[in-house]
Amino acid sequence: MRASRHAPAMSTPDPDRLLVEISALVARFAPAGAQLTRATELVSDLSIDSVAAMDLVMEIEERYGIDIPVNEIADLVTLGDLVDLVARRLAARS
Amino acid sequence: MDIFDKYELLAQRRSQLLGAGADPFDLEIEDLHGPCEATIRGRRTILVGTNNYLGLTFDPECIEAGCAALRRLGTGTTGSRIANGTYASHRALEAEIAAFMGRAHAIVFTTGYQANLATISGLAGPKDVIFVDSDWHASIFDGCRLSGATVVRFRHNDPDDLDRRLERNPNPGGCRLIIVEGLYSMLGDVARLREIVAVKKRHGAFLLVDEAHAMGVFGAKGRGVAEAQGVEAEVDVIVGTFSKSLGAIGGFAVSDHPRFELLRVAARPYMFTASPGPATIATVRTALAKIAAHPELRARIWENAQRLHAGLSALGFTLCAPPGPILSIRLPDERTTVFAWNRLLELGVYVNLALPPGTPGGVCLLRGSVSAAHTPEQIEEVLARFARLAEELRQLTARVAAE
Repeated sequence: MRASRHAPAMSTPDPDRLLVEISALVARFAPAGAQLTRATELVSDLSIDSVAAMDLVMEIEERYGIDIPVNEIADLVTLGDLVDLVARRLAARS
Repeated sequence: MDIFDKYELLAQRRSQLLGAGADPFDLEIEDLHGPCEATIRGRRTILVGTNNYLGLTFDPECIEAGCAALRRLGTGTTGSRIANGTYASHRALEAEIAAFMGRAHAIVFTTGYQANLATISGLAGPKDVIFVDSDWHASIFDGCRLSGATVVRFRHNDPDDLDRRLERNPNPGGCRLIIVEGLYSMLGDVARLREIVAVKKRHGAFLLVDEAHAMGVFGAKGRGVAEAQGVEAEVDVIVGTFSKSLGAIGGFAVSDHPRFELLRVAARPYMFTASPGPATIATVRTALAKIAAHPELRARIWENAQRLHAGLSALGFTLCAPPGPILSIRLPDERTTVFAWNRLLELGVYVNLALPPGTPGGVCLLRGSVSAAHTPEQIEEVLARFARLAEELRQLTARVAAE
């Protein structure tokens, strides 16, 4: 496979580290100072609408060098769902 | 729980907008005075936001053709294409579009929205992966969803990002379809089709280009951006619309694929809706012949685009793309944009108000579109009114800064 600018070879981060990293990306789309836990709801707690969610996902895809199909974004409710989805895609890649 | 509870966020956004003094979704055109002027809120208004690129909506020959078809064939077909809705004129229009676009096959759809819905959902299935530009039009999004395919977005107009994603998703069990637009409807920027075609060839994917906003405007023959960039042979399917340069309603898809006609029995948005009415078909046929015979219409829209772009830039407005049929002005925030949109209406200029989440990257836009039918006087008048707006925006900014 060709080397890719945005997909550095990396081992899959552990779930806690993944939560911290993804929370940092989510924070850029959320109201300032919003509490971010696994139970935080993306729409009702953070007002991240469907369009913002897709832009957020694109940031995450670039960070980890993965593709998250749009089909899977609609099912996301909580930040925990998002972290689990990223973990699944990372596992599928490796 | 109420059935509308799911729209709480949407309702909040809407009342926020109404509170700011704008309801862009409920604007009424009270009367029309040709392709470029209307009465809005009781005021004579120059239209600079109608996508009426070649100004053919009031062309006397198109109108006569429509009236004659109404008298001869009636007001509607009352049937779908696969039942009683295929008239000789539908077939004739399909042959004429195929000839205009230089393709073996053309299929006509009832609306432009349905053209994407039907073509995409007909081409792609659950085993396929669609790679779609992230600035996608709603009709592309909905077509992708209806197809059941896996949908991967790539960075807007970024062939390298597309390349990486194709690399990561070989999809040996199905096909891969890339979808881009020739001219993007919000910012008015043009697809990097040459590079996208190179990526497509390297990966053996299919490519669909939506030329809705480009047909009639780009290319020596007016076929769109693929023609202008000399890559038509590598584009598998082109989708287009009748509701912009052709001044009517409806859409089409063209292709050289030998099995393309299968879409007529596979694409549900083609099969299960009434076909376009005879008057629509007749006006589109006349308009198509017109844009083939009158390349000066294209020359005129480009002249108007250059003049309006230069004038707006000179007034200090930030335009999102080089001169073209779509001239989008970027403003700093929603409050300023809503103020400017309303103020322009008061000054007698209509443009589109485009706000997040309907815009790429969350930008706030006054989206203008120019027409070949705009007279030099109308363009000058529009610029004079924009000059007043620019002055008022400067005063507003100064006031806000002083507060």
